[in-house]
Amino acid sequence: MKMERVRRAIVPAAAAAILCLAASGALAAHQQEEQGAKKGAAAAHTPHGPQFAVPKPPFSPGIFPCSDCHKEIRPNPTRRDLKDEHTNIVLNHAQGQRWCLDCHDTANRDKLRLASGERIPHEESYRLCGQCHGDKYRDWKAGVHGKRTGMWNGEKQYLLCVHCHNPHDPAYKPLQPMPPPVRPENVRK
Amino acid sequence: MPNQESRDSQAFRMSRRKMMKGVAAVLGAMALPEKDAPASVWDAFFQKNFRELSKPELEKVIARLEKEYSGQYGKAVKVHATPPIEGVLYGYGLDLSRCIGCRRCAYGCIQENNQSREPQIQWIQVLQLNKERGVDLEEAELYYNPAKVPEKGHFYMPVQCQQCERPPCVKVCPVQATWKERDGITVVDYNWCIGCRYCMAACPYGARHFNWKKAGLPAAEMNPETHYLGNRPRPVGVVEKCTFCIQRVRNTPGRYTACVEVCPVGARKFGNLLDPESEIRYVIENKRVFILKEDLNTRPKFYYFYAT
Repeated sequence: MKMERVRRAIVPAAAAAILCLAASGALAAHQQEEQGAKKGAAAAHTPHGPQFAVPKPPFSPGIFPCSDCHKEIRPNPTRRDLKDEHTNIVLNHAQGQRWCLDCHDTANRDKLRLASGERIPHEESYRLCGQCHGDKYRDWKAGVHGKRTGMWNGEKQYLLCVHCHNPHDPAYKPLQPMPPPVRPENVRK
Repeated sequence: MPNQESRDSQAFRMSRRKMMKGVAAVLGAMALPEKDAPASVWDAFFQKNFRELSKPELEKVIARLEKEYSGQYGKAVKVHATPPIEGVLYGYGLDLSRCIGCRRCAYGCIQENNQSREPQIQWIQVLQLNKERGVDLEEAELYYNPAKVPEKGHFYMPVQCQQCERPPCVKVCPVQATWKERDGITVVDYNWCIGCRYCMAACPYGARHFNWKKAGLPAAEMNPETHYLGNRPRPVGVVEKCTFCIQRVRNTPGRYTACVEVCPVGARKFGNLLDPESEIRYVIENKRVFILKEDLNTRPKFYYFYAT
């Protein structure tokens, strides 16, 4: 937000500068400034919202926001098997090394938590996955891992990792294939 | 023998030359449209090759086709003739480490490109291969049908038109009814094709298909957004093939092909080979890539790769 305000202040200033100064010099300065701003937007995640346009995360119906239930419950940070709630979730994703609160934030139940302690919304969950799966994250950003739809020379839609991989059990599940083509000997004459 | 001579001069003698002339005239007349055929049939009969049509001629042809198809399928059918975009050469990537062989692409293609359902024509053929044998086409299985895919020990390789830079199918066409466009897509003028099927014999990928019968295309499922060189309804007796969804990709902005959009695992990648920022360039520059039957020097623009 702060950067936004600074930029908003800079734009009129730059416009004024263009009017006053010799055109060529001012234009160069303005272009440089614009380039700098663009770079900043690409590098940073949080101040400008999510970097990639993604659809809503595929929550189970009625489960989000988590704080609806959890604001009444005092968090218990001890690692344990859940007996009362969320029993349908069977962790099959490096379950030996982690449990719920390694990815879900303890204090703010509606957020996820990076290893650095940074809280991120579910719309940016690719950053959480990318902590371990850096190679996939790199390919995903380039549009090579995972599905993209839209325009090949225009706006594209990404999917989040969790649209294809259940975060608690991420292996892609086998599908029923569409029927095979008709064998030549079975073609009706 | 005066009697014999006079008889000879009066009798009707059929020489070989006369007979051939007669046969040629009759056959020629049979090839023409009927006497009371509508004007549009005569227009179609005298239509030039697509590449020789002037702009007004092309507009006339398209208006005629749109009228014909709209009547046939009972909805407003658009026939576009969008030209190639400058500075674009289409390339395709297919991730063999992701494909699970579900055949969603083959059926998505049928829907988008108005292929015949019965008799069946499929532009995409998904091959099941043995992991231990690798890409061994002799061992490929086209008709696999288990309850769930992928099957253990197997991988899957969809094959469709490879959009060769040196297409052997184009070289053999005796009437130049098929050619490679500037954006790298090999297309067929269905109104010019004579159905000799030389191109099918020449294609090393089995990517071309022949319309033996009238296309079985239910009017309700017919995709009315068509391209002259792509998914417009095909007449009997012509060859057809994948065109990288020419009716989608030539627009600015152009949509991804139907098979890219339908693939549930995101194994299919598409883009401009001349754009260094495109997905397909990232694939070629960063992944292990191969082209099918490289030894034939057809130089496909269809790149199989392994993302992992």
